[in-house]
Amino acid sequence: MADTVTDDHEGLDQFESRGRRIFLVWLPLACFIFVLLFPFYWMAITAVKPNAQLTDYQNHSPFWVVGPTLEHMKYLLFETSYPGWLWNTLVVAVCSTFLSLAASVFAAYAIERLRFRGARVTGLLIFLAYLVPPSILFIPLSVIVFQIGIFDSKLALILTYPTFLIPFCTWLLMGYFRSIPYELEESALVDGATRWQILTKVVLPLAVPGLISAGIFAFTLSWNEFIYALTFISSSENKTIPVGVLTELVRGDIYEWGALMSGALLGSLPVVILYSFFVDYYVSSMTGAVKE
Amino acid sequence: MPPVPEPRASFWRRFTESRNGLGLLFMLPAAAFLLCFLTYPLGLGVWLGFTDARIGRAGQWIGLENYQWLMDDPVFWLSVFNTLFYTVLASVLKFGLGLWLALLLNRHLPCKNFFRAIILLPWVVPTVLSALAFWWIFDSQFSIISWVLLKWGIISQPINFLGDPWNARLSVMAANVWRGIPFVAISLLAGLQTIPQSLNEAAAIDGATSWQRFRRVTLPLLTPIIAVVMTFSVLFTFTDFQLIYVLTRGGPVNATHLMATLSFQRAIPGGQLGEGAAIAVAMIPFLLAAILFSFFGLQRRKWQQGAD
Repeated sequence: MADTVTDDHEGLDQFESRGRRIFLVWLPLACFIFVLLFPFYWMAITAVKPNAQLTDYQNHSPFWVVGPTLEHMKYLLFETSYPGWLWNTLVVAVCSTFLSLAASVFAAYAIERLRFRGARVTGLLIFLAYLVPPSILFIPLSVIVFQIGIFDSKLALILTYPTFLIPFCTWLLMGYFRSIPYELEESALVDGATRWQILTKVVLPLAVPGLISAGIFAFTLSWNEFIYALTFISSSENKTIPVGVLTELVRGDIYEWGALMSGALLGSLPVVILYSFFVDYYVSSMTGAVKE
Repeated sequence: MPPVPEPRASFWRRFTESRNGLGLLFMLPAAAFLLCFLTYPLGLGVWLGFTDARIGRAGQWIGLENYQWLMDDPVFWLSVFNTLFYTVLASVLKFGLGLWLALLLNRHLPCKNFFRAIILLPWVVPTVLSALAFWWIFDSQFSIISWVLLKWGIISQPINFLGDPWNARLSVMAANVWRGIPFVAISLLAGLQTIPQSLNEAAAIDGATSWQRFRRVTLPLLTPIIAVVMTFSVLFTFTDFQLIYVLTRGGPVNATHLMATLSFQRAIPGGQLGEGAAIAVAMIPFLLAAILFSFFGLQRRKWQQGAD
């Protein structure tokens, strides 16, 4: 991230006429933003619409709501297991993120700085591991999860999520460690610091932005994970939000859209809030993983 | 510079002070995890593909029987077709629209960071939850799109978005493109920002039109990042599961099954672990092709940067 060239003057844009600019830049941009954000608007407006207005497009404009209601949220929070799913998702996401970060810090430091024999190959293998998709792992993993007796428990998810979190975090942290000058470590070595001291007192404090990036991204990834949670969890009280909303709130032929959309909205809020506080870290981890 | 071990130093001390020993020690947690929950399952998956395992019963080796069975299974071939169609078309759309959005954002705009932040939202929100919103948008009776089009007099009856095979394929693809654009756009934007403005200005002074500047300056410098971003995008699209599972569950009549959803359906609700694993294994050659593509993209990047 440190070596990004910033060249922030206006460039050639200043030669463009105003009308042309509105037509070529602002109009397409407005369309993009409308399309990208409309589903969220629709989700939010449905979540607070009273049932009577929900499908009655004749008498009420579907785009607005008269007298918003919290009845769907209330139903969700007090009459379903939703709070439990929220808690499960949080526990699983936090635990797997910390587990992965801890393992990744050591791995990335070893690959990038200790340069043990085979470090390059290990780095490449980590990258390849990142490319292995959950869709081809869930069947054998379900067999393993069943065999070691953690089927239908939070532990099953906490132990399997690192399969995609560790490669990602390690890859990202390798990039961060690379940007820390060698000289700092060398002078610490000369002063008699052990490798452990160098890692905890020199490298880690400098890599805090990297740790935050990796942590935020890993948390979001585990919050969003679906296929493992769908496969490994069967009882209602252990489900995570995506699985719970989809499998327990959709019943029969009559969809309770109000409750479904409230569930989707509430389930998205934690990640969106977290994201809004750390946008730059998030973007840098997303682009960092691609750029390295 | 490995420190010279003192003669009296214990084995443990010497071990932890040598870079190979300490490296091994530091790699241990991550390696153990990945070996147990990634490498071993990958091997187990390939093995399961050669067995008739079911849920609750260990399988017997049956050789290529699963694959022979799949060869004659029209639903499997339909899912292969769907997966390729879905991947190719959605990736092309994501690339085109994403690059366009990235170029728009790369201009000198007020509140650029704010735009960048809200554009990423579709990527941040859990797929299943945004897919639920699409499910509601694509509802057969109360779809808001149908309502608007009816109001404008473009169509005469509501569109059956998810009930008709081709409508369903395209609707699902639209949702996938919607979710994928932000990732492509923001990653390419990061790439665009590393291209110095001065190159564009120099070309402009030499009389290059804006298309020529894009084609001859921006695009060649962006190619390496495009290669990597699109590899990831293709990989995510090819192995997509969530959107299909929420929107159609593979229906109507298997018309939207991707290999991932078919593999899930056969293995978990259907109980045929062996067959499901065989379908998952059949995805690997395609994935390898995508990874090789990325590898050559990276190679080209090194070549462009000069010797390394």
